[in-house]
Amino acid sequence: MATHEQTSPLDVEALRAEFPVLERRVGGDVTSPGEGEDDDQPLVYLDNAATSQTPRAVVESMSDYYYSYNANVHRGIHHLSQEASVAYEEAHDRVAEFIGAEGREEIVFVKNATEAENLVAYAWGLSELGPGDKVVLTQMEHHASLVTWQQIAKQTGAEVEYLRVTEDGYLDMDHAREAIDESTEMVSFVHVSNALGTINPAAELADLAHEVGAYVFVDGAQSVPTRPLDVGEIDCDFLAFSGHKMCGPTGIGVLYGKEAILEEMDPYLYGGEMIRSVDYEDSTWEELPWKFEAGTPPIAEAVGLHAACDYLDDIGLERVQDHEEMLAGYAYDRLTEFDDVTVYGPPGDDRGALVGFNLDGVHAHDLSSICNDYAVAIRAGDHCTQPLHDTLGAAASARASFYLYNTREEVDALVEAVDDARQLFA
Amino acid sequence: MGMGSDMYRQQILDHYRNPRNYGELPDPTFSHAGENPSCGDEIRVDVTLNDDGVIERVSFTGDGCAISQAAASMLTSELVGLTVDELDALDRDDVLDLLGVDVTPMRVKCAVLAEKVAQDGARVHRGEAAVDRTTTE
Ligand SMILES: Cc1ncc(COP(=O)(O)O)c(C=O)c1O
Repeated sequence: MATHEQTSPLDVEALRAEFPVLERRVGGDVTSPGEGEDDDQPLVYLDNAATSQTPRAVVESMSDYYYSYNANVHRGIHHLSQEASVAYEEAHDRVAEFIGAEGREEIVFVKNATEAENLVAYAWGLSELGPGDKVVLTQMEHHASLVTWQQIAKQTGAEVEYLRVTEDGYLDMDHAREAIDESTEMVSFVHVSNALGTINPAAELADLAHEVGAYVFVDGAQSVPTRPLDVGEIDCDFLAFSGHKMCGPTGIGVLYGKEAILEEMDPYLYGGEMIRSVDYEDSTWEELPWKFEAGTPPIAEAVGLHAACDYLDDIGLERVQDHEEMLAGYAYDRLTEFDDVTVYGPPGDDRGALVGFNLDGVHAHDLSSICNDYAVAIRAGDHCTQPLHDTLGAAASARASFYLYNTREEVDALVEAVDDARQLFA
Repeated sequence: MGMGSDMYRQQILDHYRNPRNYGELPDPTFSHAGENPSCGDEIRVDVTLNDDGVIERVSFTGDGCAISQAAASMLTSELVGLTVDELDALDRDDVLDLLGVDVTPMRVKCAVLAEKVAQDGARVHRGEAAVDRTTTE
């Protein structure tokens, strides 16, 4: 059995105090939100890959915006509008710094990672792809990228090739070297798999793509929140992630793109905020990144995302990563002690902050329901990776995913619930 | 030891492990299938009616979570002797009563799958609907 760091580099108790929801008790009526009468069990929140919880500093930054400088951006010269505009623009600078981008020109705010994928697929793919071109994806893509490129390929006549996943949950790099060829125009892959926990070799894949002149799109939805990431080191052309998985609010996501490439791309949405000048015949576009941000943007959410970057950087992403990988390794070791549990993906000491698994003879939704009886929140389903689940031969899997505020005791609570399910269904 | 899991009382687990009326009928008057995409549950129901339109025999096959399969087993045990109109008049509370446990809102779709499949099958048979496959999403 692998051994993992037993101690966390984080003061988890102190961190937890910043997340009011973690004090919640659950178990009662779910038809009205918030703690109610029969909510009597302490919440064990292990669904962080779906959405992370939000610390006070982030919520307060957003209420401060609404209470003291709420106004539309870029349109007004009155005081509040200027304050809001400065805050909104500075949020781009902060996100650029967070991922090592050159500056705000490379940071487009969108609704979520899914929209970032669609933006590039429509604004670049629809005009640049055609018959004879290839888009290389992986078998472990999230639907956000899989469905998007699949459909754009159908519309343009381009071909899609999926890089295989090996028995032990790694990307087949031999296949990658073979598949990424002269006809390849785009290589789009998930950095950390939300179903298997696999950490894909992003820089190596980017090299392969650039050797044949293809662009590289990294789906960072699971990696940006959980580890230090520098777009320069990976040398990706695009990166997508979502605020709500990194202690930030829902409703905002980020598309990073290299400035020279974004410059060449046409807008994806038309309207206000994104134009420089308009007459009845034609229009010209604003500078980057505003060219891609049509209409009133998510201003409060941008302020919240800025605060989330501050929050995570104050803790230190190396330490967040160490803590989570310790928990994932511990969960892996404990769950694999059961003969009738299958854990998917790479070994416990080489994975992102999650474990996907199944218990023989028990449907993942039943398992998740039983965990819920223990107030243990895990996700069950195909995790938006239906084709991958087909290759695993499982319609669904259960998934526990960890973040900076989780503890070993919470992993123990999960294991106890799984053991109860085993006995119940035995 | 756990909370005794409210949704998984022994009766439900028993129907899940030993489903009643499981299998296919040789000459069904109608048969219909459907799924609950959220869990990937699948149910197919075969029904034989007598000349008066009364359900004479019912069976099902399927695959999926314990709630969907136990509900199918319990429901099919109740259908013999009902008219098609009576089948049509059943609603989700009838299934939830049969299960006898509080099904959480997200799992109601699992519980009612067999019922909806049987009802859609009857409607298609009577020419009242053209549902290829039932879904509870
Ligand atoms: C790997 C991966 N990519 C993309 C997404 C899509 O994120 P969102 O739903 O915020 O657009 C998710 C999250 O569900 C994910 O885990």
